[in-house]
Amino acid sequence: MMNDAGLFALVSLLLPALSFLVLAVVYPFRRLGRPAAWFSIACAAGSLAAAALAWDAHADGDVSRLLWAWLPTGGEVLATVGVLADAQSTVMLTLVALVAFLVQLYSIGYLSDESPPALGRYYVYQSLFAFSMMGLVLAPNFLQLFICWELVGLCSYLLIGFWYQRPSAARAAVKAFWITKAGDVGLLIGIVLLWRHTGTFDFFEMRGLAESGAIPLAGLSLITFFIYLGAVGKSAQFPLHIWLPDAMEGPTPVSALIHAATMVTAGVYMLVRTEWLFALTPDVLLIVAFVGAFTALLAAVLACVQDDIKRVLAYSTVSQLGYMMTAIGAGYAAAGFLHLLTHGVFKALLFLGAGALIHAVHSNDLKDMGGLARRMPQTAIVFVIGTLSLAGIPFFAGFLSKEGILGATLAGGLMAPFAVLMLVAFLTAFYMFRVVFLALFASRAMHASPLQPADASPIHHDAVEATHGSPVHDPPATMVLPLWILAIGSVGIGLYFTFVHPEEEFVNPGWLMPAAVVTAVAGIALAWMAYQKRSIDAAGLANAFAPIRTAALRRFWLDDLFEGIYNLVFLGFSKLVGWIDRYLVDGVLNALSAWTLTAGDDVRTIQSGKAQDYVYGVAVGLLVLLLWARWVLA
Amino acid sequence: MNIPVLSVMTWAPLVAAVVVMFFARHRPLLVRWASLAGATVSLVASVWVYWAYDRAAAGFQFQEEIAVVPSLGISYLVAVDGMSALMCLLTSIIIFAGVFASWTVKERSQEFYALLLVLVTGVYGVFVSLDLFIFFLFYEIAVLPMYLLIGIWGSSGEVRPQGIFGWAMGRTGVGTKEYAAMKLTLYLLFGSAFILVGILALYVANGSQSFSFLVLEQVQFDPTLQSWTFLAFYIGFGILAGIWPLHTWSPDGHASAPTAVSMLHAGVLMKLGAYGVVRVGMALLPDAAVDWAWLVGTIACINIVYGALSAMAQTDLKYVIAYSSVSHMGVVMLGAATLTPTGLNGSVFQMFAHGIMTGLFFALVGLVYEKAHSREIFKMGGFATMMPGIATAFTIGGLSSLGLPATAGFVAEFLTFLGAWSSAYQWWLFPAVIGAFLTSIYVLRVAKQIFWGPKSEDPHFQHLPDAVGTEWAALGILVFVLVVFGVMPSLAIAPVDTATVPLVERLTGR
Amino acid sequence: MGLNAYLTLAAVVFCIGLFGVMSRRNTIGILLGIELMLNAVNINLVAFSRFVGNVDGMIFTVFTICITVSEAALGLAIVILLFRVRRTVTADHLDLLKG
Repeated sequence: MMNDAGLFALVSLLLPALSFLVLAVVYPFRRLGRPAAWFSIACAAGSLAAAALAWDAHADGDVSRLLWAWLPTGGEVLATVGVLADAQSTVMLTLVALVAFLVQLYSIGYLSDESPPALGRYYVYQSLFAFSMMGLVLAPNFLQLFICWELVGLCSYLLIGFWYQRPSAARAAVKAFWITKAGDVGLLIGIVLLWRHTGTFDFFEMRGLAESGAIPLAGLSLITFFIYLGAVGKSAQFPLHIWLPDAMEGPTPVSALIHAATMVTAGVYMLVRTEWLFALTPDVLLIVAFVGAFTALLAAVLACVQDDIKRVLAYSTVSQLGYMMTAIGAGYAAAGFLHLLTHGVFKALLFLGAGALIHAVHSNDLKDMGGLARRMPQTAIVFVIGTLSLAGIPFFAGFLSKEGILGATLAGGLMAPFAVLMLVAFLTAFYMFRVVFLALFASRAMHASPLQPADASPIHHDAVEATHGSPVHDPPATMVLPLWILAIGSVGIGLYFTFVHPEEEFVNPGWLMPAAVVTAVAGIALAWMAYQKRSIDAAGLANAFAPIRTAALRRFWLDDLFEGIYNLVFLGFSKLVGWIDRYLVDGVLNALSAWTLTAGDDVRTIQSGKAQDYVYGVAVGLLVLLLWARWVLA
Repeated sequence: MNIPVLSVMTWAPLVAAVVVMFFARHRPLLVRWASLAGATVSLVASVWVYWAYDRAAAGFQFQEEIAVVPSLGISYLVAVDGMSALMCLLTSIIIFAGVFASWTVKERSQEFYALLLVLVTGVYGVFVSLDLFIFFLFYEIAVLPMYLLIGIWGSSGEVRPQGIFGWAMGRTGVGTKEYAAMKLTLYLLFGSAFILVGILALYVANGSQSFSFLVLEQVQFDPTLQSWTFLAFYIGFGILAGIWPLHTWSPDGHASAPTAVSMLHAGVLMKLGAYGVVRVGMALLPDAAVDWAWLVGTIACINIVYGALSAMAQTDLKYVIAYSSVSHMGVVMLGAATLTPTGLNGSVFQMFAHGIMTGLFFALVGLVYEKAHSREIFKMGGFATMMPGIATAFTIGGLSSLGLPATAGFVAEFLTFLGAWSSAYQWWLFPAVIGAFLTSIYVLRVAKQIFWGPKSEDPHFQHLPDAVGTEWAALGILVFVLVVFGVMPSLAIAPVDTATVPLVERLTGR
Repeated sequence: MGLNAYLTLAAVVFCIGLFGVMSRRNTIGILLGIELMLNAVNINLVAFSRFVGNVDGMIFTVFTICITVSEAALGLAIVILLFRVRRTVTADHLDLLKG
């Protein structure tokens, strides 16, 4: 089973681990900051090269499995760890390695104002994340998947809380961990149940069982539903999507890597990876599709009212994740996976581009931006490329994958989700171009009024102590280079798919492509008229949808709901239990000992201290004893 | 192999205690070095035992036997199997770290270290002795020094009398260290009485010939006798393991105890209880263990959820950790109650993992308290800037506590979950998993409150140093063990497996 | 006269002594009661000695008389000391043993 191809994947996985170990353990090196960062970047570059080689080696369908015993029980190996490299996992691996490398490179410029120890800490987390995410992608079994799943969650927590002194960041980090953990409870239960159901954790063996029909179907729906819950948490599906917008408290490159391109897609990836399992439970797939479509719509609506550029992108990510889920739910996981890949590239591009804008103006708020295209031409170009990709314009990366998802939904016979997704496609084009026009093209004065601030507290000035008052310009080379690579990637993928059409599992109706393009263009046009040309009054537009807008500004009260659950159910219940423990369970004990003390106090009065009383007692006792001996014993 | 390695391991701390007591008056540094030497000898011995234990042969190894009272069948019989070897290793690690953690004890450090070492001898004795009489003696030796250690070196807190039993709380002096010491001692001695009755019952039922575990193991006891002696053992040992509702000594005791004592107590002594239930209760009384599994497991589930919720309600840092012990000991007992190899491995591994992580926690709480002079969680804030090392160690401990993979806590909990779902009472899985989720809530809440966020305004908290010098030793060792065993669980599971598999065969193949 | 008569006498003397010990307020009186009880025992010893024909009882009696004397001396000394310290010899006031 051991072969070079598998080794590439292994090397790709272990290089970030090496970087993590070195940085975590060699304390003085980490505190140097920049050298540590470059070491981590070098490892990430090596990892990317190895990943690309692994992809190349497995692209034609070869499969490598490298397994090591990890957990023995009952004299046998209960679980293994290792690498399962095939076409699917290596392409994902390459995406992860690519984005991780670019983000690490970008961060050097973006976080240039951080102190060296903080920078070192950042790269420790980054390396750990790269390792965990690759471990997740290459996981040969559910257990390793879960292990890495939790580790990426940990990195997400640590990186969101990178600026831990900010209360909002600390809050967002904990919130993200808790919400995803709630989903993970489901995943963990699902894995345990599935282990009992099939007797293995291993994907390969399990797939064999599934394909030979050896997995009993009774109760399987419940199991896959539990597993799906994990994906709901991680991939920010309704109703657990609420952590993702708050996660934007982290540094922007982190948002690009973790909360756009890789970690949040882990849930989708898991469903893709285990599609043969979910295929056995169509009822759960139906739930996946409907929840996905609903999430896509909800997030798109929310994205329309945000004034924080990162939050727009965050909601857009949620929305696109809903897209992918819908395709998987429709039974065409490959379509979802393709969108995952293209989305990873252009969403990372968008986030990094947004980071460049934020870096320049020291604010996340769209109101503080405007007309930046003239002063930051390179950033503007790549940002527009990303936006066109996301909107699904032909010749850009998102076009074909988005159409694939629409086609898959249609082919799966899910008419309602299809209609929803078409609406979302329109909204996506609209809200993304709203950002483009407001931030890049319209002058600042022009959009003084239209929309009220969306969230109570947009996150301000990511780069903390940057040089204020310096003229706004394109970022340094380490930041621009990743942008261009991703932009070229977006266009390249788009062009590649324009000419080399991948084989589809289903045939799209002929009207689909024009309809999708028209929808997207309509969205762009609306945004252009409202925010650039001003031929439509944006405020009037907002008023037309006033109830929805109000609800969206309050985030449909979902955050309030969760906060209520946290306060009432968890804290309230814990207070109750804590009180019961202290004052009832322990109280009974204290009462017993207090009674013992009291009884002792009462009984001791017998002991008067007068010798005559004792003699009296002895005499009476003796008398009783004599009588007892005389009458009872006799 | 002529060195009686188990005896060396067991008695080395006692020898060190004698040295400390009689040859180190007014020489505080000698006290520490002598204690460290004793702990080191034990550590080396236990690592060697762990390493040299023949996993293929399994069973009890390194056996030593000296007849003590032949007419009553009492002998000094010591040996280890995979399970007790791991427990000895745990004890060694904790006391080794504990010696460092109490380096700064000022008041009567000589007596403090001597008592600590005597206690440890008792703990080793319990883990290695196979003669139930000697086992019981060691058990008492392990429990009693606690009274002095808490009563003299402990710290008192404030508890406001409330509720329908409020009158009683004022009367018993709740919150003081004397109260905690007395409560702990009375509770544990109450438990010992049950254990003694159980041991004597088995001894008599077998014709008063031998207290040897190896002899009694071969006997098939009468079902009625099994049933009630198992309950006696369960209550007796269970008190020490913190089973609900007999757990309330543990938060008070842990909160009042000085750092090293909390470490030893939550880290090792509570394991004695769980170890006793598994070793004596389940191995000697297999039929009763199967019959009573529903009770053990159900109470364990209550422990898990109830302990976690109680921990969430606390405002005193030490109480949070103490209640988390109650919750985690529930996992240990649940694993044992599943009567499956996975569950039992999880249970034993959780004893180890929890021992290390809670030792780490108490060491950290001690450090924070020493530097900030406060244990009130909601008065602290933003400490990570000032004490990054402590913050990091706390986070790692917390992550292990909430069962994050790559720390020992995950493997233990995961095995227990698998065991729970494979057992006769599958619903146990759900409270157990929910408990792990609740743990993530309270642990991260505490970590966020203390270490993250803006720096506290409180003038006392302005210039707090990070850990220094020997303090790092305790943290470093414990974090290292926690992570290494989390990444390579087979280090621990492989030997434990050799002990649990025969036990499960005995339990289920009746 | 049979043994019973002696034993009855001893019992009566013992009860008188016991009554004295229990009811007298004055410590000297209590001591006198104790003397009476001891003498009752002596009567018993002598009587049994006489009727059994064994001299052991007589010897014990001699011992007892010695002990009684020293006990009286000791008791009176304690009473005098008590009086010096507490300025009273009334038994009701001597309750240092009170729980």
